[in-house]
Amino acid sequence: MTLYTRRIWINRLGITLSMLAMSLGLIALLWILWTLFSKGFAALSIDLFTQDTPAPGSEGGGLRNAIVGSGLILLFSMLIATPVGILAGIYLAEYGRVSKFAAFTRFMTDIMLSAPSIVIGLFVYALFVATTGGFSGWAGSLALALIAIPVVVRTTENMLKLVPTSLREAAFAVGAPRWQVSLKVTLRAVKSGVVTGVLLAMARITGETAPLLFTALNNQFFSTNMSEPMGNLPVVIFQFALSPYENWVNLAWGGALLIAFLVLAVNIGVRIAFRNKDKR
Amino acid sequence: MPEQTKPTIENAALEVRNLDFYYGDYKGLSNVNLDIASNKVTAFIGPSGCGKSTLLRTFNRMYDLYPRQRAEGEILFHGKNLLDRKQDVNLVRAKIGMVFQKPTPFPMTIYENIAFGVRLYERMSRSAMDDRVEWALKKAALWGEVKDKLHQSGLSLSGGQQQRLCIARAVAVKPEIVLLDEPTSALDPISTAKIEELINELKSDYTIAIVTHNMQQAARISDYTAFMYLGELVEFNETSTIFMKPDKKQTEDYITGRFG
Repeated sequence: MTLYTRRIWINRLGITLSMLAMSLGLIALLWILWTLFSKGFAALSIDLFTQDTPAPGSEGGGLRNAIVGSGLILLFSMLIATPVGILAGIYLAEYGRVSKFAAFTRFMTDIMLSAPSIVIGLFVYALFVATTGGFSGWAGSLALALIAIPVVVRTTENMLKLVPTSLREAAFAVGAPRWQVSLKVTLRAVKSGVVTGVLLAMARITGETAPLLFTALNNQFFSTNMSEPMGNLPVVIFQFALSPYENWVNLAWGGALLIAFLVLAVNIGVRIAFRNKDKR
Repeated sequence: MPEQTKPTIENAALEVRNLDFYYGDYKGLSNVNLDIASNKVTAFIGPSGCGKSTLLRTFNRMYDLYPRQRAEGEILFHGKNLLDRKQDVNLVRAKIGMVFQKPTPFPMTIYENIAFGVRLYERMSRSAMDDRVEWALKKAALWGEVKDKLHQSGLSLSGGQQQRLCIARAVAVKPEIVLLDEPTSALDPISTAKIEELINELKSDYTIAIVTHNMQQAARISDYTAFMYLGELVEFNETSTIFMKPDKKQTEDYITGRFG
């Protein structure tokens, strides 16, 4: 066999192996989506959005309280995580490139990124829930924010590092102070990347269950009071899916489908929204 | 260094005295002395790495952004040493503008690109700002091409237009000196010609210092030329003298293309 034909065969082998690996991942994903669809679709109805979680053993009901609760908890956690994460990212990329404190912050952020979410949940439980006297929506938002912050910090920093030095220098050259250069020029240059990071962080925390178990807990009634325990999709799915009641199990599938839709929609939406801009 | 013949400059906008520059331990400039004449064009030529851009970047303290770079000596601007630690660098940069090799429009509209710098130091009404933007764009010979699309992104312009936008942006804050760091090296010949024409017009209002790789360009547009080599100022004189009968053999070799 000549060297040339040998190379062709090795190439074919390589392509076959990578295709196999790819299809393995794809099959798993499609399988999950298919199961979700086939089992969750039946539960999708207007009731899902207009009625609250039913009592054990009863018929009907929906997930309204959990959907609204999840929405509120997510909203407030992103309201905390977005400014904190973006400002910390700016600090790391623009101010503290070489300082020891920045290196330390970067290290801690990396640890936070890989910290198991249940640990974060316990942390907020010990620090917030146990001291303020109860489970609450606020505690849930706080726990989710702690998970989202490092994601936002890292994407913001990485995006800002891609800004060419020449643009940064040009902004300084008109006499702009550093904070204006950071906020009005470099951050704006990577706006779409940073927004993507924020939305992906949101997608990441949408399905987090463990931290909410210790913080927001659950509430079978409709509530918009963030100071009380609050219903939310992940915990409802967790409880209902493990229950012996067929109705609850069906609702759990419906909820799982909703979360999957939401995360998918965010991911696809981000891609479509910024596709054209990045080409320019 | 042997005694040099110096041009007689009566009205200096910048006076560089015994300037040394360090990149960490590496000495990038040693003992540079020269005057930048007011309302004239001073060109810096020399082979790559000779320190001409480094010198230009000391004039607006751009090197301050990098912790390992430092300058020693004096650069006098209105009698005060620019290199003084107490000197507010942002004020310096508002008075001494800079245009870079690659066009660097900010990621905003054409209008905002110009208004950004102006707003930093001046408070003005909307209509006054409109006038200022128009004035700056006219100064940069760009007004005719962009007057109908002021609210489009600055990034939508062509390379040559972007560079003129950068010049307009530098001019808009009404600096006294404009530093140009190889402003045409990324541009096509037609855009280059436009910028050169522009430089010629701008010198009635501004002092201009330009770094260029292109010797013909230096000969065409400058009044004074400084030839630098290995971090030293080899020869500085009126452009006609530098190109017609330079003092030093090295200068002559460089401008006739025998080295560099």
